[in-house]
Amino acid sequence: MLSDLLQFSIDALTLGSLYALMALGLVIVYGILRLVNFAYGELIMVAGYTLYLLGGSPLPWLVMAVMAIVMAIFTGIATELVAFRPVRERSVTAVLITSFAFSTLLQNAALLFISPRSRQVPLPDLFSEVVQIGEIIVPVRNLVTIASTILLLALFALILRRTVLGMALRAAASQFRMARMVGVPANLIISTAFAISGLLAGVVSLLWFGRIGSVVPGIGLEPLLVAFIATVIGGMRSLPGAVIGGYVLAMIDTGFNYLLPQDLLAFRDAFTFSIVIFILLWRPQGLMAGPATGQRT
Amino acid sequence: MLEVHGLQVCYGAIQAVRQVDLEVQQGELVTLLGANGAGKSTTLLSIAGALKSSGGRVCFEGEDITGISPEQIVRRGLVMVPETRDVFADLTVKENLRLGAYIRRHDLVGFRKDIEWIEELFPILINREEQAAGTLSGGEQQMLVIARALMSRPRLLLLDEPSLGLAPTIVEQIFRMIEKLRQSGLTILLVEQNASQALRSADRAYVLSLGTVAAAGRAEDIASSSDLRAIYLGA
Repeated sequence: MLSDLLQFSIDALTLGSLYALMALGLVIVYGILRLVNFAYGELIMVAGYTLYLLGGSPLPWLVMAVMAIVMAIFTGIATELVAFRPVRERSVTAVLITSFAFSTLLQNAALLFISPRSRQVPLPDLFSEVVQIGEIIVPVRNLVTIASTILLLALFALILRRTVLGMALRAAASQFRMARMVGVPANLIISTAFAISGLLAGVVSLLWFGRIGSVVPGIGLEPLLVAFIATVIGGMRSLPGAVIGGYVLAMIDTGFNYLLPQDLLAFRDAFTFSIVIFILLWRPQGLMAGPATGQRT
Repeated sequence: MLEVHGLQVCYGAIQAVRQVDLEVQQGELVTLLGANGAGKSTTLLSIAGALKSSGGRVCFEGEDITGISPEQIVRRGLVMVPETRDVFADLTVKENLRLGAYIRRHDLVGFRKDIEWIEELFPILINREEQAAGTLSGGEQQMLVIARALMSRPRLLLLDEPSLGLAPTIVEQIFRMIEKLRQSGLTILLVEQNASQALRSADRAYVLSLGTVAAAGRAEDIASSSDLRAIYLGA
């Protein structure tokens, strides 16, 4: 019984860490622009293909990992420049369309230039090792996932609290126009948000591909969906809410994995979403309220 | 120092500012009066770059700043305090002040000096340094947004209705503070509905009506011309 509980906790925390990072990457942009970046999942795809393309090279894995993250950051900034900045001041619909378009463009580029079939990404040996904790056997990659997420979240919180840029990001999330009127450049803030989004997507991709092992052009859909649901649960504009939403969603998912009988397991998502509906009936604004006021920018 | 020529601003099909010409000289306290909807706030927001004008020209210290982004205008030494009292509610008082000094964020020595100066002007804020700005009272929030604007060391301050919705004793405090700032050499363009208060402190005044300048002159003259008072100031 105790070991079941431990097993469940580690599984839920591992998945929750991934979901939390995915959700945070989406909400950091949404919080400031009030716009969902539909090309967010493709950041993860780009990082995955970067790993795949570097796969044959003699580089140490850590170098490949850093390059994958850098590519995700770069693609994040590119999304802003291509899909958001030119149309940002026009209309919400325009940005929805351009971000969808950019997402499709990246996916099709992967289909065309690489392959519609899945490709193995290189992974370090550490990711396939296991350790024994008490009576249970735990893959090391799960512990790496949990630890690196905690580290990243702590770092992120520190930057938001202690640096002027972090303060500016928080200010812009509630009062964008006012932030500009004290001299904070709008473009700098927005680009920074997209860069952070890319960084988070890059780290997620390493941990996510550590679990699934290969990349396909459509890989970005699930992370986008997960991130979206987690942020809806947590509160669309709250950063801590996104993290909590991620962990809650993972707990529900993992719980059903354990509880549902074999023949119902295929319908797990339906059960999960029913719970999500109940959460939203109970708290329509999400678990955490976002920062006060704020018009769309 | 500031010259506005033929300014026009539209909200969609509605023209809020039709034709505004005004100027502010170095060291002056100029007030912009007028009834609700006369276009006062719109004029200020447009000067500060937060609203795009549809016509006219704004010059600051001899340079054309029409159409420049608000963040660049702050850098040139022109900062606005909007009437909506937009404190960054989730940030502490100190963090608000840090962001006020954003354009000089690397000047930590200057920052500390300015904090001392703010402490003199608004002693109440410093006691609340670590408090979230959203939890301050209306009067304290007003002081904070003015203090935050001062942290950028502006040469021209645009103040939009600093007395709006505040208790009379606080209004007095705020006007005393405006007086002090002006004596320290800061140039101020003040929008007020509280016309008699504003006219008492100001050097010159403009009266806006339906988006145009209906009267302009020395503050005493505007204050004593009874028909203007009746029409625009409701006195």
